[in-house]
Amino acid sequence: MIQVLTGNHSAAYAALLSDVEVVSAYPITPQTQIVEKIAEFVETGKLKAKYVRVESEHSAMAVCVGASSAGARTFTATSSHGLLHMSEMVYWASAARLPIVMPVVCRTLGPPWNIWNEHTDMLLLRDFGWIQFFAESNQEVLDTIIQAYRIAEDERVLIPVMVGLDAFTLSHTSEPVDVPEIESVRKFLPPRTNAPYVFDPSNPFTFGNLAYPSHHMEIKYMHHKAVEDARKVILEVDDEWNKIFCRKYGFLDKFMCEDAKVIILTIGSSAGDAKEAAKVLRKAGIAAGVLRIRVINPFPSKELSNILSNVEAVAVVDRNLSPGNGGILLEKIKSSLYSSKYRPFIKGYLAGLGGRDITVKDYIKIFEKTLEAYKKGETEWFNLNLEMTGS
Amino acid sequence: MNIKDLNKEEYILPGNSSCPGCPASLGLRLLTKAVGDNAILVIPASCMTVIQGAYPHTSIKLPTLNIAFAASAAAASGLSAAFEIKGKSHSIVVYAGDGGTADIGLQALSGAAERNENITYVCYDNEAYQNTGIQRSSSTPYGAWTTTTVKGKLEQKKDVPKIVASHNVPYVATASIAYPIDFIEKVRKALKIGGFKYIHLHAPCPTGWRFPAEKTIEVGRLAVLTGAWILYEIEKGVLQLTGPSKNLLERSARKPIQEYLKLQGRFQNLTDEMINKINEDIEEKWNEIKLTIKLKENL
Ligand SMILES: Cc1ncc(C[n+]2csc(CCOP(=O)(O)OP(=O)(O)O)c2C)c(N)n1
Ligand code: SF4
Ligand SMILES: [Mg+2]
Repeated sequence: MIQVLTGNHSAAYAALLSDVEVVSAYPITPQTQIVEKIAEFVETGKLKAKYVRVESEHSAMAVCVGASSAGARTFTATSSHGLLHMSEMVYWASAARLPIVMPVVCRTLGPPWNIWNEHTDMLLLRDFGWIQFFAESNQEVLDTIIQAYRIAEDERVLIPVMVGLDAFTLSHTSEPVDVPEIESVRKFLPPRTNAPYVFDPSNPFTFGNLAYPSHHMEIKYMHHKAVEDARKVILEVDDEWNKIFCRKYGFLDKFMCEDAKVIILTIGSSAGDAKEAAKVLRKAGIAAGVLRIRVINPFPSKELSNILSNVEAVAVVDRNLSPGNGGILLEKIKSSLYSSKYRPFIKGYLAGLGGRDITVKDYIKIFEKTLEAYKKGETEWFNLNLEMTGS
Repeated sequence: MNIKDLNKEEYILPGNSSCPGCPASLGLRLLTKAVGDNAILVIPASCMTVIQGAYPHTSIKLPTLNIAFAASAAAASGLSAAFEIKGKSHSIVVYAGDGGTADIGLQALSGAAERNENITYVCYDNEAYQNTGIQRSSSTPYGAWTTTTVKGKLEQKKDVPKIVASHNVPYVATASIAYPIDFIEKVRKALKIGGFKYIHLHAPCPTGWRFPAEKTIEVGRLAVLTGAWILYEIEKGVLQLTGPSKNLLERSARKPIQEYLKLQGRFQNLTDEMINKINEDIEEKWNEIKLTIKLKENL
């Protein structure tokens, strides 16, 4: 059924449709409506779940770790300072291989305090061994959260999943969302099984005890491999979702990329404006395209270099900042292209920090600047008087 | 002390971005008048973050360290350590909400209290996370509606002053924005004492509690006069009732609780059974106070 939902309510409905059993969360703007809606679902009996109203995000994730270790399907959501406050337990959850799912409403980090959109919060945790998605629309938020449980609980994976959605542009903006029937979702996502490890006194084991250097590395290798192995599962799950619900996303969202000579590469909802800009350039005869990365971890390096192998110039738009390094996406993309034979011209843009708008006009400018820089090449003839040369 | 003896200086500037009838900005206005020029404020994420206004403006005329939600008592300890080693004496004053005190900040609060840090910690208690849109805190009272307790909170209000007192710090007090002289006298007393001082300031919030903005003081007074909020101070372990609470030891002296509850939208769905429970809880609290006072008298 088509419903008009904000991104936050799409996330809450996804939790409802996924039959989550334990929810624990702590309010923070702009995530709060997710937990408020779920509190309402639970209190009105719509969702048969235990909702633990904790005193901090650290405890929210710790509750999820406990509940997930006991075999429950668990859910939490946070944002910005909440994510960083919870971070010790965020790493714990993935290293403990627990299939927790958590939407993150991407918001700027302070100081100075700022509640608006930026991706630094979630990208800082790129190295925490979670699977990470970024959504472009509220529909994608809902679909990805449900898919995320299938991926996370798959025995080949057992890795928690974060789903990023942009503060306000998605979290508080209403869009028509096709909310599937719960029966069909239940067929797609059966209850979580106890496999392979769930606390049970009849089969006692200890989790997380001391490991010496003789074992530690292998345990970490297995964590790494599980994230790598998730690639296959992410695509399988997406295909199956498509068969039932007729929507498919993949790792990359390719917009007019087949014959594109110049591409904007970015993540999140703002890709929509970049796409509008590409259309404008196409009308002017410039082969522009937009590549939106949907899965940040595991990073789709191969898929990316395949597409970029025919592109002349790439603009990477980072709505995040690693002070002293620059854009996190730019670094990631450059390093993932290092081993490919063809490496296009790449120019990085740091934009939209702290919720500053990036408009369609801005994206047009970014396309134009990128092409201009590409044409000039690395060395520029400075103060050259072309008239004198007769050309 | 008389209201006329108050510091004429205003440290909280008009035109700030609080809601009309805001108890948090009123509380800080009174607090800063009591602490004066030599203070440094520490403010965690809360309504006060917004009330201050946005860069390049501020509505607070005192040096202010804004800090992460969980961290105020620890950051204040750092300020205090630095000024001590530099041989400077300033009053370090935390002004934190109930969420930043009773919940996410409790660990840092307990740590600073146990170390007996030389700071004054004032918690303005508007009984929920108001800044993020009225979610329950552990300081939300039983029965109150919030957006995360849509049928009314099932658990009791956490007694933070009692928790802090159990750290045996030199000074713990409760206060209310409806009794400014009582509050200011407590702040002044606290500032004269070395070590950790804690004041828990009841702060009725029209936006979150659902009452008209002009009734903030009335609701605050009724909380005290019905006995739902008790004014006291604990100096070196000795508890003393203050203000109107001095005369409310006997239940018959207190106004019926309904007078307090009926003004507030957040209590509109209480059943008679729930109101009975609220009365019983209040009675129990008073009995505890009576016992403490008796014990002291028998010593
Ligand atoms: C680690 C972290 N989690 C959550 C938040 C979001 N947050 C900001 S203020 C606030 C509520 C504050 O409640 P309280 O301390 O009672 O102050 P009030 O807003 O009621 O004045 C919350 C949850 C945050 N800033 N940081
Ligand atoms: S919500 Fe309450 S405490 Fe917060 S600014 Fe408004 S009136 Fe003040
Ligand atoms: Mg509060």
